[in-house]
Amino acid sequence: MDDFSYLKLASRQIDFDNFDDRLLMYVLEYEPSFLTCISCGGCTATCSAGNLTNFNVRKIGLWLRRGETGKLSEEIEKCMFCGKCTLVCPRDINIRNVILLIKKRISMLKTENEKASWKI
Amino acid sequence: MIKNKHVAVIGGGIAGMETASVLSNQGLKVTLIEKQPVTGGKLNDWDQLFPDFSSSETLVTRQNSKTSHSGVNVVYNTEINRIEKINGRFELSDERDVKIFADAVVVASGFRVFDATLKEEYGYGLFGNVITSVDFERQMKKYGKLLTAQGTEPKRVAIIHCVGSRDAKVGNTYCSKVCCITGIKQAIEINQKLPDCEVFCFYMDLRLYGSKFDTLYLTAQKQHKIQFIRGRLSEAAEKPDKSLQIKAEDTLQGRPLRMNVDMIILLVGMEPGPSNSRLIQNNKMALDENGFLKSANIHDARNCTTQEGIFMAGTAICPMPVNETLENARSAATEVIHFFENKKNDGRF
Amino acid sequence: MENLIILPFTVGLIYLLGILGYRFVKWIRGLSKLDKLRLVQSFKSRRILSSAKEVFFEGLLHRKIFLKNPVLGYMHMSLAFGWFLLIVVGHIETMVARHSLVIPFHLPVFFRFFETGKTFAGAGIFSLLMDFLLLFVLSGVSLAMLKRFKKQLFGMKKTTRLKTGDRIALTSLWLIFPLRLAAESMSANLYRNGSFLTSTLGSFMGNSGSETANLSLWTVYSLALGFFFVALPNSRYMHIPTEILLIFVRNAGIKLKKRNNTYTDIQVYSCSRCGLCLDNCQLAAAGINNTQSVYILKNIRNNNLSDEQLFNCLLCGKCQVDCPVGINTIDLRITQRIESTLQYNSSYSYLENLPAQKASTVYFAGCMTHLTPGIIASMKTLFQMAGENVWFMDEEKAPCCGRPLMLAGQHDAASKLIANNTRKITGSGAKTLVVSCPICYKVFKEDYELGNVEVVFHAEYILRLINEKIITLNSSSKRIVYHDPCELGRGVGMFEQPREVLRAAGKVVPVKKEKQKAYCCGGSLGNLKITQEERAVLRNQAVDDYLQYLPDVLATACPMCKKTFARHKGIKVLDIAEIVVNAIPKPKIPEPAEEKIPEEYPEEALV
Repeated sequence: MDDFSYLKLASRQIDFDNFDDRLLMYVLEYEPSFLTCISCGGCTATCSAGNLTNFNVRKIGLWLRRGETGKLSEEIEKCMFCGKCTLVCPRDINIRNVILLIKKRISMLKTENEKASWKI
Repeated sequence: MIKNKHVAVIGGGIAGMETASVLSNQGLKVTLIEKQPVTGGKLNDWDQLFPDFSSSETLVTRQNSKTSHSGVNVVYNTEINRIEKINGRFELSDERDVKIFADAVVVASGFRVFDATLKEEYGYGLFGNVITSVDFERQMKKYGKLLTAQGTEPKRVAIIHCVGSRDAKVGNTYCSKVCCITGIKQAIEINQKLPDCEVFCFYMDLRLYGSKFDTLYLTAQKQHKIQFIRGRLSEAAEKPDKSLQIKAEDTLQGRPLRMNVDMIILLVGMEPGPSNSRLIQNNKMALDENGFLKSANIHDARNCTTQEGIFMAGTAICPMPVNETLENARSAATEVIHFFENKKNDGRF
Repeated sequence: MENLIILPFTVGLIYLLGILGYRFVKWIRGLSKLDKLRLVQSFKSRRILSSAKEVFFEGLLHRKIFLKNPVLGYMHMSLAFGWFLLIVVGHIETMVARHSLVIPFHLPVFFRFFETGKTFAGAGIFSLLMDFLLLFVLSGVSLAMLKRFKKQLFGMKKTTRLKTGDRIALTSLWLIFPLRLAAESMSANLYRNGSFLTSTLGSFMGNSGSETANLSLWTVYSLALGFFFVALPNSRYMHIPTEILLIFVRNAGIKLKKRNNTYTDIQVYSCSRCGLCLDNCQLAAAGINNTQSVYILKNIRNNNLSDEQLFNCLLCGKCQVDCPVGINTIDLRITQRIESTLQYNSSYSYLENLPAQKASTVYFAGCMTHLTPGIIASMKTLFQMAGENVWFMDEEKAPCCGRPLMLAGQHDAASKLIANNTRKITGSGAKTLVVSCPICYKVFKEDYELGNVEVVFHAEYILRLINEKIITLNSSSKRIVYHDPCELGRGVGMFEQPREVLRAAGKVVPVKKEKQKAYCCGGSLGNLKITQEERAVLRNQAVDDYLQYLPDVLATACPMCKKTFARHKGIKVLDIAEIVVNAIPKPKIPEPAEEKIPEEYPEEALV
């Protein structure tokens, strides 16, 4: 089990004033179309990985917007980058890029965290 | 004297007929131009209207009778594709160069039904048991109940909301307003005639804007056991027995859902009429961002186009139900009369 | 004192040769053992001749650029070939003048300065030749200056934006030949050792001619050369020596690897920043102007490549076709993507080893094809007619083929998907794998190891059915325009089979932008950054071009292209499988499998 302590994990309630928005801010900077998501579920319905395992693209989007970064980092591994979600989204969101950005930001945060721990 | 003025109304649907008869009863000379051999428009193929299940045919008959009694001159089989202002009058022409001259024009050319073959993943045009809400009304008129392509009674039907509306992938990001309530109405109709048939409505949002509509929603759930699942359909696949396998996500549950149904009904949206882009070419009319005709002022001059003297009525402006269309048509008639009486436009535009 | 004029030139040349030597050695040593062996082998074989030939035809004569635009080709050729000939003929001239095969290295460069009065055999002919060659080079230099300001005259829509280092090198290069002209003219004025060009100009210099002026001009000329040599290794002109190395290395059969090694460097430094890759890049039409190959290569060199640039490429392959140096822009970009995403390759441990169904043929539709079920329905009909014992592998569920993951750089992750699919395919005992998506086809053919299983694209399969008379089509005079998918056309080189299939069903109308020059539909899975509006610009560009040929139907062989084009609404789009099934005379379609695929959807009376 990986150590996700570099991401501040959420409590039972969504504390809207205090959630970890580092992932969200990064994604919004490079993929502003993500703001228009209405959680219709079309992406999850068509997902290739969702067909094989418990992977839910819509939830990835929701967790991103509520700072559930712990759950995100595990789930995001399952995406096969096939692109079907982006092809069906009615809001024209580039979901494939959102996933790529999340993965990139998580690995950036991990490296920063490791570097920070070396200084100790 | 407005009595010598001639008004041309393009489109013989209920909006065109209403505007034409009101204006004619006021004493103006009116010509109603219809592209088909009969008037009535889209409602000719409709069965029952929401929310009270009254007959579309009865309403159309009333409109037809009103029109013929009011002295409107109806021209059939003529599709106007050009309106030009020449020497203070409007010249309307079609492809055969039939010319009609008028002092004012009302465009009531209506809408186009969304072509569901564009959503190829739903299988319309490919799988016999995938039909649209329009096909459903035709079936109801013909057989009085819903039947599969094989002629049997379905045991399970899925109704899909927002087909061709609120969908950037087909180029229509607007809401067509009337489809959600139409879906509930059709769900109830199915269950009324086929009590053993289960009906599921797959929606993104339920837009039941009218005051009577929530009652219908309650009726649907209580009396007809219609089930509502919040999730967008992604694909439909046909099984060897011609039934359909659908893939959606039950977003409120948070899990993907797989289901076998006998038929799928696609609630198709309203698109701008096919002649809109041609009609605006030789005058100052314009299209709005959705492709419908643009109003001079969306609040208090909705029937006025951006060309002085050309007005519009009904679904040429935007998606709207029957009652709103008729009221809108009457309001268009008032605008025409004010125009002839040289009333100021009060700074509306 | 006089000899000091050669100092800038000499210092520059030594510096240049030093850097070149160091870099070349580093690059060759950095190749893998196997690649080094290949290189050595190639020198012993006939390939060395084809390399030399390529160096001559491409490096000097710039044949590929000529084919694109003759004026542009002349410009590059006159500079390269002209300068080359100046050096060669100059050396011969010096050797003849000194009656020796061994001459000081600087002498040919400053010949007219040092050779002041003696005449030697053929001096007149040599000076004529040298003047002519100088004029030849100068014509190229003036065209180059003109191109910077009026690129449209050269058939180019864009030129590369240059950095400061490039500008210094460019300026010194442009100065070299005019300065040589001035210096040689001055010498011609003083020593009468010029010909038609230099003598004439020299006479215009008239009374201002003096030894001092002559010395100054030659010194400045030497400085220009020295500057250029010093600036060269860090500028775009590094391509001059590197391109030669690249040709030899490439012809030895060495390929780019999945991780960066020195072959990447060789390719990167071979880029001359000529800008030909900019010209045909469709992204420019969508307003994307900083992600083209030339800029990526520059950023690799300067180590500041951002994800936003790297992943914003359609991977359509047009720049690779256009590159006169033959740089593998596509593979280079994919390698950079692999480097960028090394940290986050997933393990896909959730993939199950589901049992394979036994069959003689496996059909893999692919992720995209599930969104265009018309293609699946047509393939099912065709399989039925052929009596094929088919296992539709991904009808219910199967992992993606893996290529979209590779295009996003995650090669290691893709190998897990590949392993899972391979197990199923080989486990089915099938002889043939039929795919209807070119993206899948490319990866199955190139990255999967399927043993004896033959990978067949559906166009090839259908062609077989037609040739073996298993199906016969009603030909018609319907005008069909065929769109070459990037992955199938430029990607795998299959252009003819889909066209042959279509010819049996209708009239295939040839279009100007086809095959290697075909448009990209804009759907591209290779581009992860582009917005839908930008994709729409590309799609409209392609469709508007096709519409001018008045097609009855636009035929594609790729579900992604089909889905992308269908959104245009102004044209009917069908896959070749669907066109074929529509062209089959109706009674022959067997009853049980009848899928209604109407040729034209009946227009509703309401519309």
